[in-house]
Amino acid sequence: MDWWFFFEVVVGGLLSGVMYSLVALGFVLIFKASGVFNFAQGAMVLFAALTFVRLLEMNIPMLAALGLTMIVMVILAIAIERIVLRPLVNQDLIILFMATIGLNYFIEGMAQLVWDSDVHVLNLGIDEYAGFEIGNAFINKFDVWAALIAGVLVLILSLFFRYTVIGRALRAVADDHQAALSVGIPLRTIWIYVWSTAGLVALVAGVVWGSKLGVQFAISTVALKAIPVLIIGGFTSVPGAILGGLIVGCGEKLAEVYVGPFVGGAIENWFPYMLAMVVLMIRPQGIFGEKIIERV
Amino acid sequence: MFYRESGQFKTSYKADQAILPIFQDRVAMVFMLLVAFVVIPIFANDYWLGSILVPFLVLSLAALGLNVLTGYAGQISLGTAGFMAVGAFAAFNLQIRIPEVPFLLAFVWGGLWAALVGVIFGLPSLRIKGFYLAVATLAAQFFIEWLFTHFDWFTNHSTSGVITSPPMEMFGISFDNPLNKYLLVLAIVVLFAFAVRNLVRSEIGRAWMAVRDMDIAAEALGINLMKTKLLAFGVSSFICGVSGALWAYVFLGTVEPQAFDIIRSFEILFMIVIGGLGSVAGAFLGAGFIVLLPILLNNLGTLFTGGQVSTGTIAHIEYMVFGAFIIFFLIIEPNGLARLWQTGKEKLRLWPFPY
Amino acid sequence: MSIKDKNTAAQSDILMNIKDISLSFGGLKALLNVNLHIKKGEILAIIGPNGAGKSSMLNVISGIYVPQKGTVEWKGKLRKKIAPHNIARMGIARTFQNIALFRGMTALENILTGRNILMKRNLFHEMFYIGKGRRQEEEHRKKVEEIIDYLEIQSIRKTPVARLPYGLQKRVELGRALALEPELLLLDEPMAGMNVEEKEDMCRFILDVNDQFGTTIVLIEHDMGVVMDISDRVAVLDYGIKIADGTPDKVRSEQKVIDAYLGVG
Repeated sequence: MDWWFFFEVVVGGLLSGVMYSLVALGFVLIFKASGVFNFAQGAMVLFAALTFVRLLEMNIPMLAALGLTMIVMVILAIAIERIVLRPLVNQDLIILFMATIGLNYFIEGMAQLVWDSDVHVLNLGIDEYAGFEIGNAFINKFDVWAALIAGVLVLILSLFFRYTVIGRALRAVADDHQAALSVGIPLRTIWIYVWSTAGLVALVAGVVWGSKLGVQFAISTVALKAIPVLIIGGFTSVPGAILGGLIVGCGEKLAEVYVGPFVGGAIENWFPYMLAMVVLMIRPQGIFGEKIIERV
Repeated sequence: MFYRESGQFKTSYKADQAILPIFQDRVAMVFMLLVAFVVIPIFANDYWLGSILVPFLVLSLAALGLNVLTGYAGQISLGTAGFMAVGAFAAFNLQIRIPEVPFLLAFVWGGLWAALVGVIFGLPSLRIKGFYLAVATLAAQFFIEWLFTHFDWFTNHSTSGVITSPPMEMFGISFDNPLNKYLLVLAIVVLFAFAVRNLVRSEIGRAWMAVRDMDIAAEALGINLMKTKLLAFGVSSFICGVSGALWAYVFLGTVEPQAFDIIRSFEILFMIVIGGLGSVAGAFLGAGFIVLLPILLNNLGTLFTGGQVSTGTIAHIEYMVFGAFIIFFLIIEPNGLARLWQTGKEKLRLWPFPY
Repeated sequence: MSIKDKNTAAQSDILMNIKDISLSFGGLKALLNVNLHIKKGEILAIIGPNGAGKSSMLNVISGIYVPQKGTVEWKGKLRKKIAPHNIARMGIARTFQNIALFRGMTALENILTGRNILMKRNLFHEMFYIGKGRRQEEEHRKKVEEIIDYLEIQSIRKTPVARLPYGLQKRVELGRALALEPELLLLDEPMAGMNVEEKEDMCRFILDVNDQFGTTIVLIEHDMGVVMDISDRVAVLDYGIKIADGTPDKVRSEQKVIDAYLGVG
């Protein structure tokens, strides 16, 4: 066995896993604060990336485009809270889940209607094929950058959660909606914050994925990869999302390289799901998730 | 005025437990069956029969299957198209390998395989609920699609990865024209609708709904959750499997695994959300809505802009309209079109009094 | 049967005998060395302040919780861990503290579901509504109609339960438990949240069930007036320990009980 090659696969897997974590992070934020599994996160990634890239194409400077896109994502969050979440408050979570599937379709349609459905090249100034070697293993430079960006984002979010007033309120809401309401935390405002934050995370994820794959419809399906990540890591845990992403990224690459050739390849599509199923059977709440206790 | 149950006194529980206890409902049902079996075949043209009514009926059947699982038993599934694919490919493989098998038997065979696969992927439902379960069914969706794409044994080593359904013949009748195909699908769909309606109003249906509404109480009444859920997966997947076989044999003729992708699964989920969760009629209403809406949008697009709008734009608007309708129905009437219909009937029954 | 007769009942009349059980969740002790027996045909009330372990006790009786220490005998035989869905088959039915009706179903369907366990499952028959599948639906409907008459809910039988007022929902839930024709009926706060009139009705139903069918009833209730009126025997729990057990009059006068309720010691 070529151990350098194995090392290369593992590192490549871990780095691409970080990119999954990036998408999963958006899910975790919303789930933590509202118990809603937001199926539309993928569509939000697409929408953010498309908005950003089209603004760039209008020769708006990068920072201004970034700022404008952020504003758009906040407006989207406010609209979602007002139009979708508020009327559905106190409904079964499964109803809310299905509503986000509807939202997913709506945003996907809107993103492509407002902008377009072509493939846009997003160049952040990093050559996506360049890399360096450690021993005999080739490491992709772009992936390292993506991992760094994800790392910084996680750090910022953790600090935000821990040290700001809003962050504390978010954690309170996540623990107990009723209790949070009773001490005067406005739930609706919190939801807007959370969905906005998830929108910003979607923007970061969209920019990173967009510059790797090109900004196109396909990046909204990246969200489907994030679901097993969540199952494995636990829906309520930020570190869980990171670890889950690493496990999925690494696992699927290893499976593809070492098992794939024997079964016809392309097992990347379902392997994470099978892994997630195994986790579900053994530990339904995921690695970092809180144990679900049902009272009789 | 005309929709009253007053004066119709039931003198036995037997009469009260009939499939349609109200006289007017029975008349309406006979009327609808007459229209479906007699009037439509006389008046509809081949385009309507083959391109609109057949897919409508086949998708209604899939929605009916999913409604058993999601609407009645409360187990959400995003893998419907996967189970349809199992039905289609199993039926195809049986007939390819044993050509003497009549095609109806092949459909049943397809249904049985889908039921088996459904039960296997339903096993996690014993430990997990809600969208956790949805994830397990997504696993089924992706795995099945991959399996049929990457193992050419299933497509009988077809180089293009596409299967062509064998001709359908039975009792000397060849089901190769739109009219015969329509009648065949109609008969099968009516049979299943009847069977599901019966199931949900008897012991099994109550067990499903009990598990859906309050599993702890269901258990306290002695209902075995495991058996009940797996039965729902089995019955639901069987119906989906048969509808998958119909989709391949009757509607498409030639099928690749991608005809049963996740978008199809979502489409069928939308049908039952819009049509009505936990309602037989809802499966048909929802399927009708989803099949007709794109046609309507296309025509409207042509009408208002004189064909200036690209098909891409219409597709995007379609996405938005679907999404908006899903959200709309979940907010306004979580029980869908069927419930609106029910409410309308209740109003009619009491008319002209508001209560 | 008068109260006196019941109290002098022979050993064989004991339906359930709970011996020296302890139950804890993590570090939290819910029940500590509790002894309790349930006699055939009696109405036994379990009372106590909040957090005294009443619900835990009920769940031990129903078999959902298995105590870490001690034994439970059912009709003279040692009872081991049972699957939750087999509890009903033993002849034990229950209602829940927060109404646990099937909200998507009508009152009639809810009560019919209580008969499910007595029916035989046959997919083919039920699918086409023929043969045994049809016959059993019709037979059990008769029995259910008796219960509906008994509970005086004829007019709402086809109403979805979600639309019923609270008191009627509780009544339907009682009907659903009765449909099982249980030997032992467990009622978890059957009168919580009811107004006086609804409480009186419910008391009447409980007494009638006990009287007419001889169903043994164990109930948890906060309303002391109700408890003292309808029970044959009262067991008092406090901090997981049984502090009194006897006729309502006897329990009422015990100092320990008074202390527990007034929060002394």
